[in-house]
Amino acid sequence: MIVAALGYLVYAGVSQSVVYFVTPSELGAAPVAGKAYRLGGMVTPGSVAWDAASLRLSFVLSDGRTSVPVRHTGTAPDLFGEGRGAVVEGTWSRDGYFQSSLIMAKHSEEYKAPHDGGEPGYKELIRTLRGDGATGKP
Amino acid sequence: MIPELGYAITATALLMAVWGAGAAAGSVRAGRPALLLSAERAAVGAWLGLTLAMLLLVYAFLTFDFSVRYVALNTNRGTPFYYRITALWGALEGSIVLWAWMLALYTLIAVRRYRRRQPELYPWVLAVLLGVLAFFLLVMTVPAPPFERLHPVPADGRGLNPLLEDSGMITHPVALYLGFTGFTVPFAFAMAALVTGRTGEEWIAITRRWTIVAWYFLSLGLLIGGWWSYHVLGWGGYWAWDPVENAAFMPWLTGTAFLHSVMIQERRRILRLWNLTLVILTFGLTLFGTFLTRSGIIGSVHAFTQGAIGHFFLGFLALVLLGAFSLLAWRVDRLRAQGELDSLLSRESMFLLNNLFLVAATFTVFFGTVFPLLSEAVRGVKVSVGAPYFNLVNIPVFLGLLLLMGVGPLIAWRRASWDNLRRNFVIPVAAGGGAALLARALGLGNLLVLTCLALVVFVAGAMTLDYVRAVGARRRSGDGWGAATWGLLRRQNRRYGGFVVHLGVLVIALGVAGSQAWSVQTETTVKRGEHVELAGYRVRFERLTASEESNHAKVTGVFTVANGNMRPATLLPAKKFYPQEQSPIAYVDYRLGLIEDVYLVLGDFARDGSHATIRLQVNRLVSWLWIGGLVLTLGTVLAILPDRRRPA
Repeated sequence: MIVAALGYLVYAGVSQSVVYFVTPSELGAAPVAGKAYRLGGMVTPGSVAWDAASLRLSFVLSDGRTSVPVRHTGTAPDLFGEGRGAVVEGTWSRDGYFQSSLIMAKHSEEYKAPHDGGEPGYKELIRTLRGDGATGKP
Repeated sequence: MIPELGYAITATALLMAVWGAGAAAGSVRAGRPALLLSAERAAVGAWLGLTLAMLLLVYAFLTFDFSVRYVALNTNRGTPFYYRITALWGALEGSIVLWAWMLALYTLIAVRRYRRRQPELYPWVLAVLLGVLAFFLLVMTVPAPPFERLHPVPADGRGLNPLLEDSGMITHPVALYLGFTGFTVPFAFAMAALVTGRTGEEWIAITRRWTIVAWYFLSLGLLIGGWWSYHVLGWGGYWAWDPVENAAFMPWLTGTAFLHSVMIQERRRILRLWNLTLVILTFGLTLFGTFLTRSGIIGSVHAFTQGAIGHFFLGFLALVLLGAFSLLAWRVDRLRAQGELDSLLSRESMFLLNNLFLVAATFTVFFGTVFPLLSEAVRGVKVSVGAPYFNLVNIPVFLGLLLLMGVGPLIAWRRASWDNLRRNFVIPVAAGGGAALLARALGLGNLLVLTCLALVVFVAGAMTLDYVRAVGARRRSGDGWGAATWGLLRRQNRRYGGFVVHLGVLVIALGVAGSQAWSVQTETTVKRGEHVELAGYRVRFERLTASEESNHAKVTGVFTVANGNMRPATLLPAKKFYPQEQSPIAYVDYRLGLIEDVYLVLGDFARDGSHATIRLQVNRLVSWLWIGGLVLTLGTVLAILPDRRRPA
């Protein structure tokens, strides 16, 4: 009985709280309004707008092919910035933007020797973002 | 020079550990005590080698020897003195060195303690310990060498991850690793018991203190990790069901189960197979946790880099589980229980239920942690499983465990009579129910907190009742309260040590429930000279200041906090700008209190200092977590004191 109850809890818990990870292209292809997603991409340079008085933050996440406008309320985490990777959790709104409830910025631990410096391309960034999820605390 | 020397020392220590493991095992077959002596010398040699390697690395850090890649990555000329030492375990390679060194130290202690006292089990224990040590030395030699050379030698290093410049980083890894490595010793004894066929209660009695100490350090490591997360990361919480936290939590759960179920085996000679399984699982989970956090398959502050190290850990884990469970299967006919379960209403049943709950919690945490990996591997769909899942499945399990904490220690062995139940539980149940009703009447609406409160009062009541009766019995023989308590603690230190540990867990449980239910926060932009109000606190933004520290620049917000009861205080949350980092690091400031903490984060600011965006939190009962940790410490010390009743 206990095992059955536990099995149900696990099943219910997972089906309720599992969140799909999508790229801007995947989201753009088949957006479902109201469904929870984690969206990962690069913050398009020049797209970040911050209004301190209302705490409204908006920016565009892109994977090089598709761009998704994102809106968020509150300050972004420390590692957030233009031209860098970020993962946002939230829902797709019918009005054509992604409403974020949580921003997770990606921190690169990898040491970059001076000679192989230079910004990594979109592809690599997306790959690392997708490859190991994202770091961050709610 | 240092890279080459360090590498040579590591390789030599590896050879000694390998030789020692083989010699210790071989000494039994060959019947040659000289071989065992040689294995012991190898153990001492490996420990010396590791000590030397560690000192060498510390020396490289202190002298800024950037020809060592690890040093160049984790320090720079501005890194403060203390953090140059703790940078030793600030990243992957060094943390493996610390782990191996502790394991070597434990091995030496085992040699000292058991070479004469346990002649049958001892050679195998030594072989297993040295075998595990050899694995860690292999990791230090091949996939994660701490002494790798960096070409060309840079003028300055990159610097330590700024999040690790904190006192929590001095103690958290040390405590956690003492816990992880500590479970290697009971595991080694379990393996020795299986190999020699001495599968009775002997190995359990010998490793009782080891288990308690390992469990304690693991608990402490988790708590300090929570403290670090709370006051460094600045998100205002202490536990996020992050895979890294889960990785350390799983061995804690099975270790806790083991700690309880061995008591049943000692007393009733049942659960032999189960206890061996639990100790194998616990040890396996410490390796799995390291695999999970160090292989880079999940992202977190602890996941340093991707590389071959994941394969090494996975391979070793497979080897350990395969070997251990094969041994178990081989000896399964010796592991039949000598007693049996008499009744469902008995202490042993309650302990079994406790085990069931703990293992269930382990399973659900495991499932939630690896589900994203499985989903990606099997279906190619990347998903994440968040805190709601873990909370949903674990809260009922932990409430159940709280209940058992009250019932287990007081219910009779074998078969509880109604009389026994009435005598021990009527008053505590009434107290628990009464406390919940009273709190409800006082306006406490949160069902979870009420349930938790009822259970905590029930458990505390049951323990108090037991203590009062025991002291009362001693007082009848003429002792005063003080003397009676002291005598009780000394004579039954295991029982009352356990009680005190449980008390610590109760305090932590209240802290968790209260902080989840009652903490409040607000995020807002405030102009200079104006204030924000939250929960009776007025926080005024005075000004911004900037300063230059040894290895970073700092922008500090000056805020004054006041409410009716406290003297106005100044809070100084800041943003730190490290040259090696792409973005600033938030520095939280807070006032801790017994009932509530004021917690302030500087989010964003105008460069002219005219306004700042802040997150203000009033977190309730969080301090009870740290107080609970202190109580836990007292209880553990009491529980491992030498046993007065049955001298070892």
